[in-house]
Amino acid sequence: MTAPVTAASLGLLGCHVCGQLSRGAAHSHDACCPRCGAPLHSRKPDSIARTWALLIAAMILYIPANLLPMMYTSSLFGSQADTIMSGVVYFWTSGSWYLALIIFFASILVPLLKMAVLLFLLVSVQMRSHWQPVQRARLYRLVEVIGRWSMLDVYVVAMIVSLVQLKALATILPGPGAMAFGAVVVLTIFAAMAFDPRLIWDPLEEERG
Amino acid sequence: MAENLSENPRRSEPAELPAAVAAPRSRRTVQLVWLIPLIAALVGGWLAIRSVLDRGPVITISFKTAEGLEAGKSKLKFKDVDIGQVSRVVLAPDLSSVIVTAELVKGSDTHLHEDTQFWVVRPRISGGSVSGIGTLLSGAYIGVGIGKSKEARSEFTGLEVPPIFSTDAAGREFVLHSPDLGSLDYGSPVFFRRLQVGQITGYDLDKNGKGVTLRVFVNAPYDQYVSSNTRFWHASGVDLSLNASGITLDTQSMVSILLGGLAFQTPTSSSPLPPAAPNAVFQLFANRVEAMKHPDTIVDRFTMIFTESLRGLVPGAVVDFRGIAVGEVVSINTRFDPVKGTITLPVEINYFPERFTAREAAGPRTGRAARDPKAMTNMLVGRGLRAQLRTGNLLTGQLYIALDVFPDAPKAKIDWSTTPPEFPTVVGSLQDLQNSLTSIARKLDKMDFEGIGANLQQTLKTATKMMTALDTSVTELTPETKAVIVEARRTLDSADRALASDSPLLQDSRAMMSEIARAARAFRILADYLEQHPEALISGKKEENK
Repeated sequence: MTAPVTAASLGLLGCHVCGQLSRGAAHSHDACCPRCGAPLHSRKPDSIARTWALLIAAMILYIPANLLPMMYTSSLFGSQADTIMSGVVYFWTSGSWYLALIIFFASILVPLLKMAVLLFLLVSVQMRSHWQPVQRARLYRLVEVIGRWSMLDVYVVAMIVSLVQLKALATILPGPGAMAFGAVVVLTIFAAMAFDPRLIWDPLEEERG
Repeated sequence: MAENLSENPRRSEPAELPAAVAAPRSRRTVQLVWLIPLIAALVGGWLAIRSVLDRGPVITISFKTAEGLEAGKSKLKFKDVDIGQVSRVVLAPDLSSVIVTAELVKGSDTHLHEDTQFWVVRPRISGGSVSGIGTLLSGAYIGVGIGKSKEARSEFTGLEVPPIFSTDAAGREFVLHSPDLGSLDYGSPVFFRRLQVGQITGYDLDKNGKGVTLRVFVNAPYDQYVSSNTRFWHASGVDLSLNASGITLDTQSMVSILLGGLAFQTPTSSSPLPPAAPNAVFQLFANRVEAMKHPDTIVDRFTMIFTESLRGLVPGAVVDFRGIAVGEVVSINTRFDPVKGTITLPVEINYFPERFTAREAAGPRTGRAARDPKAMTNMLVGRGLRAQLRTGNLLTGQLYIALDVFPDAPKAKIDWSTTPPEFPTVVGSLQDLQNSLTSIARKLDKMDFEGIGANLQQTLKTATKMMTALDTSVTELTPETKAVIVEARRTLDSADRALASDSPLLQDSRAMMSEIARAARAFRILADYLEQHPEALISGKKEENK
């Protein structure tokens, strides 16, 4: 059985910008595309370290994102601070359970799952696991696609804040939770980008090679 | 191309592929990326620390009802600044009250004194003021009044009624005792020389139910005018009083007419005293006159027994000595004497001996005039000092008791053996007049006019007989004398005729006598009526009810 040949095993490098394939130098780290001058590397540089750093930052910020108020509502009838969870509870108790479910999935469960998946991928890559590489690659694709939808909350807050500015009657201000939540989403997107899915296959390649 | 590559993996390296250009190595990327979780950790840690540090004290407040309070929503406000939030509202274990748990902002633990007050601000309309209208929309909140005590506390009992003034207002609070509340309420004004200087902050029925204790707050700087001998009185509404001196109308201001209020003043006669201490206790008088009366510390009580009608005499009526009020009527009773079978009307009076000494030019301004008051009174009574009912006001028919010296009064003594001692009385001037008129009429009535007439007739008859005898004996006398005697006899005959029992003269005089008797009776009725309706002198006799 012949294993499929890879660019890495042939010492070739593909340019990420213009697609030019070139032969890598002995120290494949420091290379530039001969055509467009973009940096070349056979794997994303420091992929695991960067992903770790971004993922840890996201996990840290996930805590204040859920504990701190997302939104301050002050109106004639008093002022109120809402966290994500209190919003979910409010919608659930007031009967709009579908809205509560949407917010719960989009804002609490999805970021959590995304971080868990990234964590799992990182750990498995670092342990040079051979387990189910295809499924893991599928998981990675899912994370990349779903990531941007978590920003729903932030968009809603940003819209409401800019719309409801009636000064004395009603004012809505974003809370520190919104910043933290936005940071979590952005950081997980970056973490997913920093992660090089080719690393999933590398241990298998090396074993064969 | 791709096919070629896959078909010839290692043998033929495509020579046409350009070699990658070597680039200078940069080593910073790894270190820089780890800054991100570091910053995130710092931000997260700072937020966590801040949330721990920002956590203020947690207190519990008990209220009778949680009306309008919502956990997680209702605020605690001091001077309209949020200083906390209600976090929990639960019932007390014995269901008698509601326990509100509240989280205060950081640093507010220094305001939690023993006398810090909490109350629920709801819309409230009272005492001419409207407050808490904003809570109609925003919902109730808990008002906080920060106390001055040094004792820290975390469990409080909320006030049911908001305090009128904030706890940090300058001024002093005083306690007043009053027999009743009058038309006062929370927030009723307190006036000093018709200036509003304070408010009523609370009232409570005394435990024994015999009076009301009020708390008033007098704002600085007016509180300095309250000294220990200051008098407080009801300035509630319109004070219309009717007494022996006529009608008195007394008011403070339009506000007090509508809502009631208090006023205070320090009697000018008394020497200035230092301002009263906070929470000093005062008596609340019914009106200004009563309040400003000279304080009577010595009170002697006497009974005066009257037999005449006491219509128009009321408790509180004046006991007067030649125009000076020296006492007042306390009570009017009736007493039946089973031995004599008579009903008398004992009137109890309070006599204030200081009112004599207070007006003395020399000597002490208070205290008794004499060392031995008993001997002094005995001596005065011996000289004819008596009590007498007099009409104070013909228009209203009010009576008062006058003390005066009646040198001609029958001898009497004070009966010191009874309690209170019995002071001798003389009948009133009107009663005196009535009595004399009645006795005159009675004497006139008793006169035997018929007997007198008969006697006169008898005498005349005898005289006639004598004359006849004289006539016969004198016939021998000179014709002149005879003629004279004849004339005399004729005269006497006509007199005889005139005095006969059916003669017009006797009848006329009898009629006259009965007229006089009737006139006396009429006068007695008039006197009776006047005594009962003295106003009839002016207004005339009322139509009798048929």
